Parts: sequence; C-alpha cells; structure tokens
Amino acid sequence: MKLLTGNDLKTGLVTWWTGRDWSLHIEDAADVGDQGEPILHAEEGAQRVTAAYIIEGTMTDKGPRPAHIKDRVRALGPTVRPDLTLKPADPDAGNWVI
Amino acid sequence: MYQYDQYDQDMVDARVAEFADQVKRSLTGDITEDQFKPLRLKNGLYLQLHAYMLRVAVPYGTLSSTQMRMFAHIARTYDRDYGHFTTRQNIQYNWIKLEDTPAILADLASVEMHAIQTSGNCIRNTSSDQYAGAAADEVIDPRPWAELIRQWSSFHPEFDNLPRKFKIAVIASDTDRAAMRLHDIGIKLVRNDVGEVGAQFYVGGGMGRTPMVAPLIRDFVPIDDFISYAEACLRVYNRYGRRDNKYKARIKILVHELGKDEYTRQVEEEFKAIKSLNLDPPAAELTRISAMFADPAFESGLSDELDRTDPDFALWLDTNTHPHKVPGYAIANISLKPVGGIPGDASSAQMDVMADLAERYSFDECRVTHAQNIVLPHVKKADLYTLWKALDDAGLGAANLDKISDIIACPGLDYCSLANARSIPVAQKIASRFAVNGKEAELGELKLKISGCINACGHHHAGHIGILGVDKKGVENYQLLLGGSGAEDASLGKITGPGFDEDGVVDAVETVTDVYLAQREEGERFLDTYRRIGMNPFKEALYG
Repeated sequence: MKLLTGNDLKTGLVTWWTGRDWSLHIEDAADVGDQGEPILHAEEGAQRVTAAYIIEGTMTDKGPRPAHIKDRVRALGPTVRPDLTLKPADPDAGNWVI
Repeated sequence: MYQYDQYDQDMVDARVAEFADQVKRSLTGDITEDQFKPLRLKNGLYLQLHAYMLRVAVPYGTLSSTQMRMFAHIARTYDRDYGHFTTRQNIQYNWIKLEDTPAILADLASVEMHAIQTSGNCIRNTSSDQYAGAAADEVIDPRPWAELIRQWSSFHPEFDNLPRKFKIAVIASDTDRAAMRLHDIGIKLVRNDVGEVGAQFYVGGGMGRTPMVAPLIRDFVPIDDFISYAEACLRVYNRYGRRDNKYKARIKILVHELGKDEYTRQVEEEFKAIKSLNLDPPAAELTRISAMFADPAFESGLSDELDRTDPDFALWLDTNTHPHKVPGYAIANISLKPVGGIPGDASSAQMDVMADLAERYSFDECRVTHAQNIVLPHVKKADLYTLWKALDDAGLGAANLDKISDIIACPGLDYCSLANARSIPVAQKIASRFAVNGKEAELGELKLKISGCINACGHHHAGHIGILGVDKKGVENYQLLLGGSGAEDASLGKITGPGFDEDGVVDAVETVTDVYLAQREEGERFLDTYRRIGMNPFKEALYG
C-alpha cells in the first residue's frame, strides 16, 4: 500500500492522509494507491501540511505499517521517550517500530 | 559575560519582528512553504522527524543564570519540558509550534540571545573552551576573541551565502577541550618568545562524510590582525569553494584539493590586499570587549582543603572537577549523562536547578560543553560538597566525566530527519552495560562518541571509540571505529570491519575494552594502547 504523510504546518506534528483529511494517527491512514501525486499537489495548495511525501507501507492486523523504520519512528514518536509518543501507555509500542 | 549594546539589541529585536511577520504570512498562506523554508532556517527553525526544532545559539557556550532560566521557561512553556544541549554548545528544542516561534524568539531576545545563524551556509556560532577564563593552563582568556568573531560574523554581508556552513573554534590552552582542529577554522591563541599574544590558524578541519584534521597554516598571526586574517581565510574559501557539489563544498575539501601550501599562499596574498581596509577593530573596542570578561571578584586566601569522607562525593570530586587558576576554587562539571539517560537532555526543572546553583556558587555563570555537559566555572572548593548534594538530588550528580558512560550522541533517528539509525538507545545500552559490569572506573579516560549518520554530529570520527549508525537495507547497523581524538592529539578513528546490530555493537564495545584492559601498559589510556598496538589485536578479538 501507499501512504501519504507530512507535517502539520502550524504544529509541525506528523500527519497522515485519511482519504478526506489529515490525522495524527497512522491507524487512520488510507491507501492512496496511484492517487498520491494528485492528492499531494492539491494539498500543497491548501497549505495545511508541509513537507508531504508518499511512502510504501503494508497493512497489518494493527493497521498500516510504513516500510521504512524512519517513518515508523515518525508514526509513533521517539523510541527513547515512550511518554512522548502517541501511545505512552502501550509498553510494546516500541517493538512496532523495530 | 558578553553584553549586548543598543546596536546588538536593536538588530536582534528587528529580526524577531521580521520573523513574526514571516510566520504570520506563512500561517495565512500569503507565502508558500518553498518561500518560507529559507526564512525559518535563517532563524534556526528546522523541521525534524516529529515537529519543528529550534536551535538556539549559546555564544561560545557561555550562559548566565538568567539565560539558563529562560531556557527552562521555553522548555516548560512552549516545548515538552526539556531541551537538548548539542555538540556545538547550543540548545535544541524538539517540539516547537510554528505559531509560538515569534514569542520564543522575543523571550530569547529579552535575555540577549537568538537563533540567528544556527542554520544555513553562513558562519555559525563560534565554539570555545568551556573552561575559558577559569583554567590554570590558558595563556589568555579566549572569550574576548570569540566575542569579536561573533560581532564580526553576525550578519556579515559577504559571508551570508558561503559555499557551505562554516564553524570556527577559539582556544588558548595547549589542552584542546573544543575539538579545535576539527573545525573549518581552529584558532589557538599563543604567546611568542617576547610574550606578545597572537593566533595560530588551523584551517580545513571537520568531520562529516570526509573527516579531516585541520593543518596549521600560520603559526603566529599578530593579535591586531586577527580579524583581517580570518577574513582572508574566508574570502579565499568564498571565492573558490565548490558550489557545484554540496558534498565537496566545505573548506576542508578546498584546502585538501589546493594543498595546504597553495591555500596558504592565496590567504597570505589576500591578507596583504585587505590590510589597508582596516577591518580589525581599534584597540579601544577590544579593551571594551575584554572588560566584559574580567575576572569576577574571587576571594583570596581560600583553603584548598576538602573533606573527602563521603566516598560518593570523593568520586565526583576526582572525576568531575578540574583545577582552577585561583587557589581555593575549582571548575565543576555537571554531567548530563546519567546511566540510562539521554545524553545532553535536561528537564526544565534541572535547568532551573543549574541556574540557581550557578547564581549561588559560580558568579552567575555556566557553560555548555561540546561533550553535551554543563560547567560551573568558578566554584569555591568549600562549596563543592553542598553543590554536589544539590546536583545529586536533581539527578545531575553522575560522576563520569570523560569516562565510557560520558557518551556524546547525536539525536539520531529518534529525532533527526537526516539520521539513518538511532544513536540514543545505543548510548543508553553501553552506559548501562558498563554500570552493571563495573569496568568504568578501571577503564579510566575513554571517550565514546556516536553518530546516527555520516554527517557526524555525534563526532564519531573523534571518539577513542566511535560508532556510526548506517542503514543496511532498511535495518539499523553500526560501524565501530577506534583511535579517534578531538583533543590536542587530534586524530581520526578507523573502522574495525563489518558492522554490528544494536546489541552486537554493545558487545563489540565491551570486547575492545577487554583487549585494552589485557594489553595496556602502566598509565596508558585506551587511546594510547590502541596507538601502540594498532588495530589488529582489536580486530582479532572482534572478528576472529
């Protein structure tokens, strides 16, 4: 699957394209298939998200999982500060990254 | 401490107002991200993995208590309650909101600080010896000259668009505590045979993907020509540095390709040509600047005696303090490397504690080191025990300066968009391993440095043991290097061989330290043993 991600212009936080809007949670990310570039182009014009790009991913039983570790770190948060990740109460969250 | 004059303050305030307007226009869509990006970078605002990151310059690592408290305030108010002290003596905040940056920069300006020239192809914040003005071994306090460089290089119109970023370090001791020869220009202040102060210029050092130790190009520049000579070095680089290839654009490549002698010849020619421009400041200006760095009111006749009955205090004393130039005083190092902690990170509460302690015990002054620690430069020996107790209570009492757990580590893949591998977890595992096996004290001085990519922000080339994280088909992998040094005996580490996974590199570090313990001779550090016996015994132990 292909995922569209970027950073929210105001907060800089990592965000994922859901098919209609942007979400901080990768679980909400939609497979953009071959529509990534047109969506990217349209969203650049909207100027809500910055530095957007298309990545490869796979669908797992826990939802979409980016192919590259860098995007998995982006999706969760810093592995060395579980309290600052999006899943501070999940002790196994770091394993999803690795 | 440096002090802004009205010109400095007006300049910084004007920049804050200008950037506030640029942020507003970005948020309202009046300018595109492509237009805004270079503007935010000019103000130290990067976009990193998780959010915007703001890099704030700490001029030559020198901070007042008020400024440290402002760092705490920013961490608490605008970030997630912590900051990260970097290998360039700066501080970075990892979770900044774009809309908050004008307020943050205004807060910084209110305490004579900014984030200007912490990004881009310009002269960056000058680094220096964290013991400046306090060390017994310096020939002169280097800070007035670092301040002179700050004033000369701030908004220098000719050097605002160099081929690549440019870093300068100034020291004034035979002991190099600033990795001086690994800078684009390293300046060592010296005295000649008749006692006059001058400067040795080392040009073309650096780390990154092509590490080089800077060669000496002039062994004595009269101090009155200090700025002119630096200007000449920059002009030759600005004229001939490679703008066609980002990876060959640093001055080290120019010096290497031209050769030291030809580069020097061109600098000398340029120096002669610009002498008539009177670029160097009048003596009165240097006198004015030097007065900002006059010694504080040290007491005389203080005792050097210390009560060492508390063994934990005695260990900290032996490890984390350094001789001061004034009897009865010491230089105290605050380690930001607790076992299992994140190298260089400090919470807002810890920053407040350090500010309070600097105010109470160190004439209101602290320093940031390139090893990501904090220094209180002027502490009465009689106050050291109370100081240490307060530090320990705040989680700042680790007694590990220059030991294996005093690890320099870049933010790595946990924060940095350029990184290929995580640095911090490796540092945490190594520190924990050596805390458990109890070998740290036995190993003595051992500088371990970790970078999460080839850009080498973690100074891995200059580690007695260096670790470089790479991406091996999507999996983190770590190369091990041995034999580097950023000190006065500067050298570049060599790769041992094939890399390791995260746990494997921790084992590998223990293996090479075991080789050292088995082979060392009386008084040898790890680095000394490596230099004596070479790479082979270490390779055999690692790879069989």
